[in-house]
Amino acid sequence: MKFYRSHILIGIDNTSLEAGVKEIEAALRTELDKNNLSDEINILETGSFGYFGTGVSMMVYPEQTTYVDVKVEDIPEIVEEHFLKGRKVSRLILNTNLLKKYNFNYKRRIVLDNSGKIDPENIEEYIGLGGYEAWEKALINLKPEEIVNEVKASGLRGRGGAGFPTGLKWSFTAPIKAEQKLVVINADEGEPGTFKDRLIMEGDPHKLLEGLMIACYAVGATKAYIYIRGEYKLCIERLEKAIAQAKEYGILGENIFNSGFDLDIMIKIGAGAYICGEETALIESMEGNRGEPRSKPPFPGVKGAWELPTVVNNVETIANVPAIIKNGAAWFTEHGVEGCTGTKVYTMMGDVNLPGLCEVDMGTPLRTIIDQYSGGMKDDRKFKGALVGGAAGVFLSDKLLDVKMDYNSLEEYAAVLGSGAILVMNDDVDMVEMLWSVIRFFRHEACGKCSPCTKGNEVLYTLVSKFRNGEGCEEDLDQMIEISQAMLDASFCPLGQSLIMPVKSAIENFREDFLMKIK
Amino acid sequence: MKTLADLKKIREKAQQEMKLRSSNTRIKIVIGMGTSGIATGAREVMKTIMDEVASRQLSDVIVTQTGEKGLSSMEPVVDIIEEGKPTITYGNMTAEKARKMMAEHVVNGKLVNDYVVAQN
Amino acid sequence: MYKQIFNKYSPEKENLIYILHEIQDNHPQQYISEDAVTEVSEYINVPRAHIYGVLTFYTMFSTKPRGKNIIRLCESPPCFLKGSENILKKLRETLDLGLNKTTKDGMFTLELCACLGVCGNAPVMMINEDVYGNLTEDKIDTIINKIKGEAK
Repeated sequence: MKFYRSHILIGIDNTSLEAGVKEIEAALRTELDKNNLSDEINILETGSFGYFGTGVSMMVYPEQTTYVDVKVEDIPEIVEEHFLKGRKVSRLILNTNLLKKYNFNYKRRIVLDNSGKIDPENIEEYIGLGGYEAWEKALINLKPEEIVNEVKASGLRGRGGAGFPTGLKWSFTAPIKAEQKLVVINADEGEPGTFKDRLIMEGDPHKLLEGLMIACYAVGATKAYIYIRGEYKLCIERLEKAIAQAKEYGILGENIFNSGFDLDIMIKIGAGAYICGEETALIESMEGNRGEPRSKPPFPGVKGAWELPTVVNNVETIANVPAIIKNGAAWFTEHGVEGCTGTKVYTMMGDVNLPGLCEVDMGTPLRTIIDQYSGGMKDDRKFKGALVGGAAGVFLSDKLLDVKMDYNSLEEYAAVLGSGAILVMNDDVDMVEMLWSVIRFFRHEACGKCSPCTKGNEVLYTLVSKFRNGEGCEEDLDQMIEISQAMLDASFCPLGQSLIMPVKSAIENFREDFLMKIK
Repeated sequence: MKTLADLKKIREKAQQEMKLRSSNTRIKIVIGMGTSGIATGAREVMKTIMDEVASRQLSDVIVTQTGEKGLSSMEPVVDIIEEGKPTITYGNMTAEKARKMMAEHVVNGKLVNDYVVAQN
Repeated sequence: MYKQIFNKYSPEKENLIYILHEIQDNHPQQYISEDAVTEVSEYINVPRAHIYGVLTFYTMFSTKPRGKNIIRLCESPPCFLKGSENILKKLRETLDLGLNKTTKDGMFTLELCACLGVCGNAPVMMINEDVYGNLTEDKIDTIINKIKGEAK
């Protein structure tokens, strides 16, 4: 068999024939002959590449460079530059790097399958894509307990960070007899680096509403609230519109579809406090108070807002519900891994080529997420670590790049999935600086209710600042871990209890960075 | 107040409208109007596209909005959808790039390769 | 004085945060005055101390007069990694302004804030209701000049 160093694929279809592909192919052969390259470079005809309106396209292998809209007069330049000098002719290149390195993954998406496609302000587009079919099915054909059981069977776990099974949560509140029960959506998305809930609310608000309606019917709540952080102006605006439209269409309101079921959904807004993401603090804030956490028990599911049984769920969690009810739990469990079913939305930031968002199956390793769904490392730099799960997350080293990303697998490595925020850092990043930034955040957001957290953050900030100023010593590192441990044991709520994760992981996984700062 | 039968009709109607072939629409232009898009100038891009559609009197083109698809760093993002062809996504758009896209792609059916970031 | 706002909300404590947001947004100096606190206290029948408690708890509220344009630069880890410190420095120089201070002409107040959830475009800031992303030092000049120009 003859060995060619390159193959040129030429797309033959109506468009290219019209644009004179045959003539161009002939010119290419002549030009290759002229440069004595015919033995090294093979020309193959192939079908359409699928691009359109681009005249004649050709793809060069093995480098996979696609030239589009090629004219006869471009041929000498292509041959000379690409095949003789090895330089690509950039003005003719179709920007395929991004196509190759980025995958939208729409086919596997569950919660963001419409976002980026439909007009979020038009309820009919949502309905046209099968929206509110699940709500119809739930209300007309299913009993509340059947819905709870279906969600239980799906294995759906809370996507806010803790990963508590959603069906189980509902099953605590559903049997309680009360004059009024509530479902509250926690849309106080404040974990640094997390913006998945914003994208759901902005891009597909009706999906959240539909899931919320089903949740209300399942647990017997006739009133629901969506608590949105005050900074998310567009989410507030789009959800207000969506609620108004749903009411206008009779999907929400009194005696929905003649079922006898009434439901009202209201929006509450925050005013800038990270702690309000904690469910009892959120409830306090909803009631018009300082957002300080309450002691548990009683849990909100039994005694929540205004002392009523209150189910609190995260936006992403609830956005999974319509698909589960529509397609069944068995369909849902085809996504993800055992014990952690479904997909997870990750927000990707830092030193990757394409920061943004991806929704992939639970259990997808970090390496795949970075390479396939975030365009790889920026400027091909070396991966040093990632802060996974937001500020209340863990600094992962490259040792965990191939670990499955799901609640259970990460737990084995004392790591967490948290909210799904992934901050990727290259080998230039100083972990002392990053930990300082994390602690600064917590120091600012400590609500002041309990002293282990308030005081602990203050001391941690002082210690980490010492390293920043080149004044730290090794004992300080041990002390930082000790203090975080004490905060875990003694703090009132998850805020103070979280510090152990970033502090311990940063110091243990990136100790070198701290030692370098010792005077 | 709608009944289930009404909802079904709305669903069928909406499905029809989404198929471009059945309407008089040749091209659908979809602009990403999430916070990331707006933060990087999507309003300006949308305004430019609307102006172009109006001044060129393009009656077979509709302009609509959507949320984010995940390419935050490529915002503002604009999709061009034509029946039977792959959806082309333009990224990092500005008013100037939008004008060029309108003239070359929407009017003359020629991709502006430099701005294409994805095709699906 | 706040009748129009009160008319929109029933006199219940659960509406407090909504009412405070609206009073602040409608005040040219974007803050909640002592008088406002008194009126709200009378309207929803909760002690002034409770309202101050709430006001000082949430970072979006201010009890001191501020500028017409409130700049809130994110200082959380994702923006920090992408150079928010340089942006802060640039803002301070451009506006000749300290943190949490207001320019003499009452045009700008400079504040830091926690994650705004637009991290794919870090570094990010908000000016009043608008978000600005992928910030560079050059962009700061353009944005500030544009706002100044619109004011004239």
